[in-house]
Amino acid sequence: MSVLIYAENAGGKFKKSVFEAVSYARAIADQNNTTLTAVSIGNVDTAELAALGKYGANKVLNVSGDKLKNFVNQAYASVIAEAAKSEGSDIVVLSNTFSGRGLAPRVGVKLEAGVADSSVALPVQDGGTFKVKKTAFSGKAFATVELTSAIKVISLVPNSYKVVETGEIAEVVDFKAETKDSDFKAMIKDIVRASDKVSLPDAEIVVSGGRGMKGPENWGLIEELASILGAATACSKPVSDAGWRPHSEHVGQTGIAVSPNLYIAVGISGAIQHLAGVSSSKVIVVINKDPEAPFFKVADYGIVGDAFEVLPQLIAAVKQYKASA
Amino acid sequence: MKILVCVSNVPDTTTKITFTDNNTQFNTNGVQFILNPYDEIALARAIELTDGGKGTVTVINVGEANTDATIRKALAIGATDAVRVNAKPHDAWFVAYQIAQYVKANPFDLILTGRESIDYNGSKVAGMLGELLDLPSVSIIKKLEAGDSEATVEREIEGGKEVLTIPYPFVAGAAEGVAEPKIPNMRGIMAARTKPLTVIEPAEVKTLSEIVSYETPAPRGQVTLVSATDTAKLVELLHAEARVI
Ligand SMILES: Cc1cc2nc3c(=O)[nH]c(=O)nc-3n(C[C@H](O)[C@H](O)[C@H](O)COP(=O)(O)OP(=O)(O)OC[C@H]3O[C@@H](n4cnc5c(N)ncnc54)[C@H](O)[C@@H]3O)c2cc1C
Ligand SMILES: Nc1ncnc2c1ncn2[C@@H]1O[C@H](COP(=O)(O)O)[C@@H](O)[C@H]1O
Repeated sequence: MSVLIYAENAGGKFKKSVFEAVSYARAIADQNNTTLTAVSIGNVDTAELAALGKYGANKVLNVSGDKLKNFVNQAYASVIAEAAKSEGSDIVVLSNTFSGRGLAPRVGVKLEAGVADSSVALPVQDGGTFKVKKTAFSGKAFATVELTSAIKVISLVPNSYKVVETGEIAEVVDFKAETKDSDFKAMIKDIVRASDKVSLPDAEIVVSGGRGMKGPENWGLIEELASILGAATACSKPVSDAGWRPHSEHVGQTGIAVSPNLYIAVGISGAIQHLAGVSSSKVIVVINKDPEAPFFKVADYGIVGDAFEVLPQLIAAVKQYKASA
Repeated sequence: MKILVCVSNVPDTTTKITFTDNNTQFNTNGVQFILNPYDEIALARAIELTDGGKGTVTVINVGEANTDATIRKALAIGATDAVRVNAKPHDAWFVAYQIAQYVKANPFDLILTGRESIDYNGSKVAGMLGELLDLPSVSIIKKLEAGDSEATVEREIEGGKEVLTIPYPFVAGAAEGVAEPKIPNMRGIMAARTKPLTVIEPAEVKTLSEIVSYETPAPRGQVTLVSATDTAKLVELLHAEARVI
């Protein structure tokens, strides 16, 4: 028995969500008095791989090579399942990223494992049962799922488990996995990454604008506040429907669910569908000119005022704070 | 082109979620059920791709008789025919297994799901189907252009996007951007009444997971209001009290 964590790289580097998932997987290994193996696929240098040991990986399997340089869902799933078999792992952890959402169900089927997607807490194991808490109903609730299969697959929501540094440098070993030709039918034509922006799903701070921002020409204020806070930008559904912002920024029940440490909502009324995707944020700040806006009912801090007066002042205040900090 | 669209029957987005039986059952009392919003997008794209006699669109649902209204809505929007696997959708694995059994006997060129169901939100059915059928799968796509032997899809990645070409058949989960949902018109609603809806019985499958309980998020405390002219105070609170900046 052992625990396996798939460490997903972005352009050869690991992001915080990976360190969270490794820390989480370490805690599960500790619950079971066993070892933690990380598997990395793609081209990541040895120092970066070995550093996963800091978060508790005992060993890192390095799967590289031209064919596996870029993410191919089917092939990566085969590699992860092969790694789990070779390590005798009965618990496999992934991050609930866009790629992770493609992999977890495929790995689950390959290992005949129950899959707890979007997990937000450590599993509870007692009396031979294995239960995982996950988000459900688009963030309006949580469900506790018991995995009754011999092998278990869990995918962890970014920002829901703290990074813990426990160990040292891990041993890195090359690993060759069987893949089939049919694993490579999907071909990547192009990858576009906006490298200067914080990506919404992993952001610790999110600044979000709604219809109260009046038009796309006013988004400079949202972007400036986001940029000085190191935050990602987001929006309500009508804003992306109107084409003011891309769909990838739309949060809520039918958009992306986010759980940052800080969510700042500007000119957003707080409709139930919007709240569904943001209610697991740790701290919510609402700026709205209407004191009756429903968003204030779920906010931690609020400013009743006109966004076009409040934002420039808030930007100035944050700049001042950053300068003195 | 023969397209299969997997549709799920979910609580309306305005539903206030509550539970019964000691938080073990979702309280469906007074809840309106709808066609999952992402499945509407998948269906709309499937109809566009087969428009003008270029193919057929079959919708499939794993559910009990109470989902027929949602299936009829999909037919009213423009699906050609429908299949319902007569069983409670126990979990994504159960659903994917049943759909895979059907597809093995009735092949399709393209299988579309929604990116996720808004009740369980697993984004799992597409990937599980792909694996069960040994087909490529992309769980969340933002664009789908269909060529003769392959399609070009765009998928979201953190902070960007990726463009892929995939030969048919494959499985993909539709998200916003793929198409605009279609609203059924009177003719569609009339036609839906007589379109074929075949009910089939489920296959036996091993159970891998079980939902044991639910909970709703802890309510937040009272909001602390800060004056619009004192934004420095807000910054101070976020730093010293909330410790988030
Ligand atoms: C099936 C379905 C799914 C949906 N899914 C989502 C979803 O995932 N995400 C989502 O966001 N919505 C979703 N919605 C839409 C949702 O119901 C609301 O319509 C939407 O969230 C409202 O967006 P908004 O708050 O930006 O706009 P509005 O409701 O128009 O609110 C604008 C707010 O801005 C304030 N305002 C105006 N001017 C100013 C100013 N100068 N300064 C400060 N404040 C100002 C107003 O007081 C108001 O509160 C969904 C709806 C449906 C039917
Ligand atoms: N009971 C069901 N019957 C048919 N298709 C379903 C069912 N449940 C989910 N799906 C499909 O799978 C997609 C993803 O669901 P999920 O994995 O639950 O997030 C949905 O958008 C549907 O297309």
